[in-house]
Amino acid sequence: MNAMTMNWATALPEIVLVCWGMAILMVGALMKRRDTFQLASMLTIGAFLVTAMVVIAGPSGLAYHDQFVVDSFSGFVKLLVLIGSAFAVIASLDYNEHENLRRFEFPVLLLFATVGMMVMASAANLMTLYVGLELQSLSIYVLAAFARDRLRSAEAGLKYFVLGSLASGLLLYGISLVYGFSGTMQFDHLAVLLSDPAKSSPGLVVGIVFVVVGLAFKVSAVPFHMWTPDVYEGAPTPVTLLLGTSPKIAAMALLVRVMATPFGHLLAQWQQLIVLIAIVSVLLGAFAAIGQRNIKRLMAYSAIGHMGYVLIGLAAGTAVGVRGVLIYLLTYVFMSAGTFACILAMRRRGEMLEQISDLSGLGRRDPALALWFTVFMFSMAGIPPFSGFWAKYFIFTAAVQSGLWALAVIGVLTSVIGAYYYIRIIKVMYFDQGEAAFDPRPASLSVLAAVSGLFTTLFFVIPAPFVGAAQTAAAVLFR
Amino acid sequence: MLPVSIGHYLVVAGLLLVLGVFGIFLNRKNVIIILMSIELILLAANLNLVAFSGLLQDLVGQVFVMFTLTVAAAEAAIGLAIVVVYFRNRGSIQVEDVNLMKG
Repeated sequence: MNAMTMNWATALPEIVLVCWGMAILMVGALMKRRDTFQLASMLTIGAFLVTAMVVIAGPSGLAYHDQFVVDSFSGFVKLLVLIGSAFAVIASLDYNEHENLRRFEFPVLLLFATVGMMVMASAANLMTLYVGLELQSLSIYVLAAFARDRLRSAEAGLKYFVLGSLASGLLLYGISLVYGFSGTMQFDHLAVLLSDPAKSSPGLVVGIVFVVVGLAFKVSAVPFHMWTPDVYEGAPTPVTLLLGTSPKIAAMALLVRVMATPFGHLLAQWQQLIVLIAIVSVLLGAFAAIGQRNIKRLMAYSAIGHMGYVLIGLAAGTAVGVRGVLIYLLTYVFMSAGTFACILAMRRRGEMLEQISDLSGLGRRDPALALWFTVFMFSMAGIPPFSGFWAKYFIFTAAVQSGLWALAVIGVLTSVIGAYYYIRIIKVMYFDQGEAAFDPRPASLSVLAAVSGLFTTLFFVIPAPFVGAAQTAAAVLFR
Repeated sequence: MLPVSIGHYLVVAGLLLVLGVFGIFLNRKNVIIILMSIELILLAANLNLVAFSGLLQDLVGQVFVMFTLTVAAAEAAIGLAIVVVYFRNRGSIQVEDVNLMKG
């Protein structure tokens, strides 16, 4: 066992982040002051910044006996995950103070969840995949139940835990079948083995189906979406922001890598499955959201729909499709984080508001907030020139290039239906009779909304670097 | 004496998996039973891994079981903690009482 095969320097971002997280734990546990929450949050944001720089500057290659891979795909995903998690920390700064959740464990748990997601992005072995996924899931179960004296949060945590553990269990069972029927857990060995169609057995295909089910749960694709609306509604809103950004990205990246690398030669087998999941996801996302009155529940159904669109890119099964997936995830992080920043600003006389009707008259009382909200809603509906339109454009062109015409047509139709409920929110803000003004919002939320809003609006001006990075990242999986 | 083959292990593990899944979905009584069912599912996967590890003469499966056991312990701890938090708020851990939010 020499230093070459271990090659631990490639895992430096994760190592830095874990050590930093344990240092923050020590600071929080040993300091006598009571208000360690803000300090821990600032340190966590600092840790994310440093880690992002290490991700950009660090070497690529295989590590830990080929169980851990660092390439431009994992780098792209890790940066997105870090952005999403940092947004969640920023969003929690004010919310946790108001809602009496100022405990330093919150940013630390978020940090460890982020480490799990980064390990998922770098998984090159089914074991690495499982360990990363569990580190992420276990941290987020606790975060969902973090408001421990509120019943809704406890119920969200309980539901997420039960269904999440079931999905992990099925995933694990699938991994055991894949291992047993192929004899290896290594992604590149699996790819070589399966390039011979005779080597794939029914047991292996059953195992792959279990793995897909487990990961489909994590990205909340239909029919494994049941937990999403309840957990989105019950969890503290910064945790909902987190759920809507980084874990989705990490799980989707993992699904893409697993489908494209080890099981890439079985495209014909899994393509049908992914197409089916994508169709029902976009349909449910479009129709189930129409009747919602709670905006967090509405965002949950919207997330289900968006994940359906992302799966269309995966179903294409080409580098162009995966490029679309990555661009979609990139724009989705900013749209989703920005929307939740606006939702977090919905506070009147110290009380958080969650009903869509509470937004009425916002256009006159708080034009800036209403403007950003409008930008995000238009972008989610896929209206040009906002980033959401370009994301859908890349996804649908990839589907058409792969000959999945029906899928692209269904996607376009459902996004038209989905536009109805996004635009209804804009109508409520600008044309309904208003109620009293919201409380003044903290600078952290204004900055978060403005940054996300500017990215969403101006994406079309300079898309080239982002599209180029996504293209390089996608090409890695299809060598 | 019937020799124990890989098929027997797979059947037992499959039965454990089915028991676990049904324990979660058909159980209308107690959340603790759900926690036990989750452990059952993880054990089914573990049994598979160990059996395949023996069959393939490959240690990777057994190493994986060590990881899974650790994760299962952490999962049980977190699950019980969440159940306690829920019980403090609701005063009950009946499955039919977990209904504040529809869905």
